[in-house]
Amino acid sequence: MATILIDGRACPARTDENLLQACLEAGADLPYFCWHPELGSVGACRQCAIKQFSGPDDKTGRIVMACMTQVTDGAILSIDDPQAREFRAGVVEWLMTNHPHDCPVCPEGGECHLQDMTVMTGHDSRRYRFAKRTHRNQDLGPFINHEMNRCIGCYRCVRFYRDYAGGEDLAAFAAHNDLYFGRHEDGALESAFSGNLVEICPTGVFTDKPFSAVYSRKWDMGGAPSVCAHCAVGCNTIVNARQGSVRRVINRYHEAVNRYFLCDRGRYGHGFTNAPTRPRAPILRQGGIPVPISMATALERFATMAKDGPIVGIGSTRASLESNFALRCLTGPDRFSTGLAQLEHDLTMQVPALLRATPARNPSLHDMESADAVLVLGEDVCVTAPRLSLALRQTLRRAAFPAADAAKVPHWMDAAVRMFGSDAPSPLMVLTPAATDLDPIAATAHRAAPDAIARLGFAVAHRLDGSAPDAPDLSETESRLADTIATALRTGRRPLIVAGLQYANAALIHAAANIATALHATGADAALSLVAPDCNSMGMALTGGIPLDAVRTMARTGHIGTLVVVENDLTRRLDTATLDELLAAVPHLVVIDHIATRLAERADLVLPAASFAESGGTLVSTEGRAQRFLPVITPTMPVQESWRWTQQFTRAATHADAPEWTNLDQIVATIAHDIPALSRIIDAAPDAGYRLDGRRLRSEPARISGRTAVRANISVHDRPLPQSPDTPLSPSMEGAYSPDTPGALVPFYHAPGWNSVQSLNRFQQEIGGPMRGGDAGARLLDDGIPAQAPEWHHDIPAPSTAAPDDLLLLPEPRLFGTEELSALSPPIAARVTPATLRLGTLPAGLQDGGMVSLTLAGERLTLPVRHDPALPPGIALCPPHLAARAFTAPVRVQLHRDDTP
Amino acid sequence: MFGILRTLWLTFLHMGHRRVTVGYPEHKPPLPPRYRGRIILSRDPDGMERCVACNLCAVACPVDCISLQKAEQDGRWYPDYFRINFSRCIFCGMCEEACPTYAIQLTPDFEMSEYLRPNLVYEKEDLLISGTGKYPDYSFFRVAGVKIPGKDKGEAEREAPPVDIHTLLP
Repeated sequence: MATILIDGRACPARTDENLLQACLEAGADLPYFCWHPELGSVGACRQCAIKQFSGPDDKTGRIVMACMTQVTDGAILSIDDPQAREFRAGVVEWLMTNHPHDCPVCPEGGECHLQDMTVMTGHDSRRYRFAKRTHRNQDLGPFINHEMNRCIGCYRCVRFYRDYAGGEDLAAFAAHNDLYFGRHEDGALESAFSGNLVEICPTGVFTDKPFSAVYSRKWDMGGAPSVCAHCAVGCNTIVNARQGSVRRVINRYHEAVNRYFLCDRGRYGHGFTNAPTRPRAPILRQGGIPVPISMATALERFATMAKDGPIVGIGSTRASLESNFALRCLTGPDRFSTGLAQLEHDLTMQVPALLRATPARNPSLHDMESADAVLVLGEDVCVTAPRLSLALRQTLRRAAFPAADAAKVPHWMDAAVRMFGSDAPSPLMVLTPAATDLDPIAATAHRAAPDAIARLGFAVAHRLDGSAPDAPDLSETESRLADTIATALRTGRRPLIVAGLQYANAALIHAAANIATALHATGADAALSLVAPDCNSMGMALTGGIPLDAVRTMARTGHIGTLVVVENDLTRRLDTATLDELLAAVPHLVVIDHIATRLAERADLVLPAASFAESGGTLVSTEGRAQRFLPVITPTMPVQESWRWTQQFTRAATHADAPEWTNLDQIVATIAHDIPALSRIIDAAPDAGYRLDGRRLRSEPARISGRTAVRANISVHDRPLPQSPDTPLSPSMEGAYSPDTPGALVPFYHAPGWNSVQSLNRFQQEIGGPMRGGDAGARLLDDGIPAQAPEWHHDIPAPSTAAPDDLLLLPEPRLFGTEELSALSPPIAARVTPATLRLGTLPAGLQDGGMVSLTLAGERLTLPVRHDPALPPGIALCPPHLAARAFTAPVRVQLHRDDTP
Repeated sequence: MFGILRTLWLTFLHMGHRRVTVGYPEHKPPLPPRYRGRIILSRDPDGMERCVACNLCAVACPVDCISLQKAEQDGRWYPDYFRINFSRCIFCGMCEEACPTYAIQLTPDFEMSEYLRPNLVYEKEDLLISGTGKYPDYSFFRVAGVKIPGKDKGEAEREAPPVDIHTLLP
């Protein structure tokens, strides 16, 4: 720790950071543009100029760029120095010469870093009287608006898009004053992380297009901390809402998880909450005709139904722990189903046990970024866990750090450090059936069937530790590949193995566990990460339940009187014939959901649930981190949380020993008490009784507008604010707000003088470090006691003996379209491409784009064929749910030429 | 005793002064154009709505009586709804001061009493006039560098034509 003097004030600073970071951490207001905590410094904008003095006797000093100068102990700096101030004012005046005078019609206005910095430097009137340079804009697709006239040329966009996220279709064009950032032609930005440009860009060049359509200024929107529900990574988000509708989702910093970035599915997938098709009232289906009924009638009807036999509940991996648990209380643990078919159920259930039993670490996302050798075993993380793939991209830079350290180049000196690493990146090895977006940067990318990948995995484990079982009968190529991978993994001090449930293959995750165990035994600090399919798959695995197949058996034997399905569209889980058979054997079907599903169309009673924006709850991410999301909108009755519906059912049906939960904290406490594996979820976030400085936290900015007019067309009378018992955030502008707010409760980022998201710097203990109020969430799987001797998995698949014309059809999840909730969001739906059948070798006489028929998940389909020569023989790929609704797990299929014209 | 006589005398003197009270409503005093009365939304010289729904009036309003929602048509922003709750308005004029486009203006009309408070809630159709109000010449979109129908990039005031990004020449 060093001490630096900023304008005579002694401040602590770290010697591995630059002066800009040190000044910001010391709470000083120093303007900057091109520096970003995750992208480092390039010294492009010259805005952070300060005066540095060589000693106490030096009265002249010299101007330095704070972001390009390392902290030295005893450094004497001045931000307030008149010369430095004049320098900064000059820079911002130059940057503003071409600015287009359009702040009132700019969606960045009010949360614009350029506005903040212009005010901070004191530039208030334009002296430049000549013609402004102008640019034409591009259509960048459904996510991003482009307005190049506002650009100040800081290069942050391309540094993020190309250098950090590996995108290729955004670049700098032209030169000098004409500098242009865009694509080579109009078209949607291809990267899965394009939405981050909105937060990265310090001005309004890249703005959020869907948000612009329902635009509201930052100061006008309430916010609440939330957790992304579109994959299992569990990125932290802030949901912004106004007038009862969700306006946008932005990133919420979590030091160990998503840090500064989200993927586009998470940022733009919230559209389902505002869908006009959403159920808003209980619906009773009488003789096939849906009739809206009142809440009381719905509960009466349920009480009547409950008399017709046992109640069986089907939970969901996309519902919160609370919703699932309340259902489990209604039905009892023996009649509560996980809502997963047997294969997926078995796999999901064993993931937490596997992570606990393996001696290797179970890494957080940020932890993964520091891995120095990565093996991805049979999982396309770029689509199943996009944010995780971004973390894996960063591991390639690890190799550069020792070289940079040797040359005494600090890590924040971004361009220089990237030069060091460009010839010898850390090894990233990707073994998947189909090409992934990580392949271009992978040292090894190998295509094989899931079983063959698992065999390779077992072989690698054996090469690392002789006591691990070996895969017999490996081909020579496979054997060589296993040697290469084992050697590469052995070089790493912090190797990482990533696998997942995408191909529903138990051998794959067992092979991954074997490799991690073997690496751990070699003394390396090994890590194993398993990617679960849904946002609460891990929560469901820890809650437990029976598979859907057991429910079918109960139905067949007449043991179900009423089937209650919570937030689960069974048409995506069971094929039509199976579902018909199940529903035919069930007298009453009750569906509680917040989206209109095909299952709800067949239910006797449909009840409107609250979406993630209207309810509080807990989700367990794939690393076993329990995280709380809080309501930003108070739901209007009869829309209410699934767990409240189920609790009322329990009361209506049994009249006795119904759980007495009046708020979220009580049900959380019951879960923690009843399920030991979930005992720590209480620590996921402060409870509703949390007070900062003796007051509730406010969820709205202090300057929210229009309070006495926004409802005036309905009534001019004030009404009491709807207070939710589930959240410590008050739904108004009144309450406490400070940078010391716990990370789990941050409703928005703002600091005096810093209206943009850059105000986040003020909320961190140190830049890029933990939140001042503590990070969100509680890890649940860290209490594993691994066995002394490594335990090996032995379920090595036999070599494939399939006939050449026998085809294994694998699910090919996509970034957009195959995830249930985000697919209902209009901007995401605009990016969904039609389903195709990807084949490695086309059957004789069939052209690329020709049609084939096949029977899949009980549906007769005709699909266009896409030739993908990279696919291994005998493998075909088809997106799950898109073509055949219930297709989720690998299946053997027969193709037929479709000769019908 | 002296005090009483003095006030009587002063009152008597006032009989000769000119009257300050006017016989409203029969007689209406002239009000200056910058008097802060009923709020209107004006149009630009081309007859288009001046309001660009930037929300600055709403945020400047100390009693929060302005509410609006932005909508967009071919690059032009406009309010989808614009509501002023005059039963809350204190006619401070801060909205007019905050307005970057001279759209919202206070007028010398103060005769807007109602028996029912809901009648004091003015919507956009009640507020929007067909003229330019106090500022006849200003048009925001002629100055701002955004593209709207009839005005391409580089055609705003003091703007150079769009650059050709495929050249590196100075």
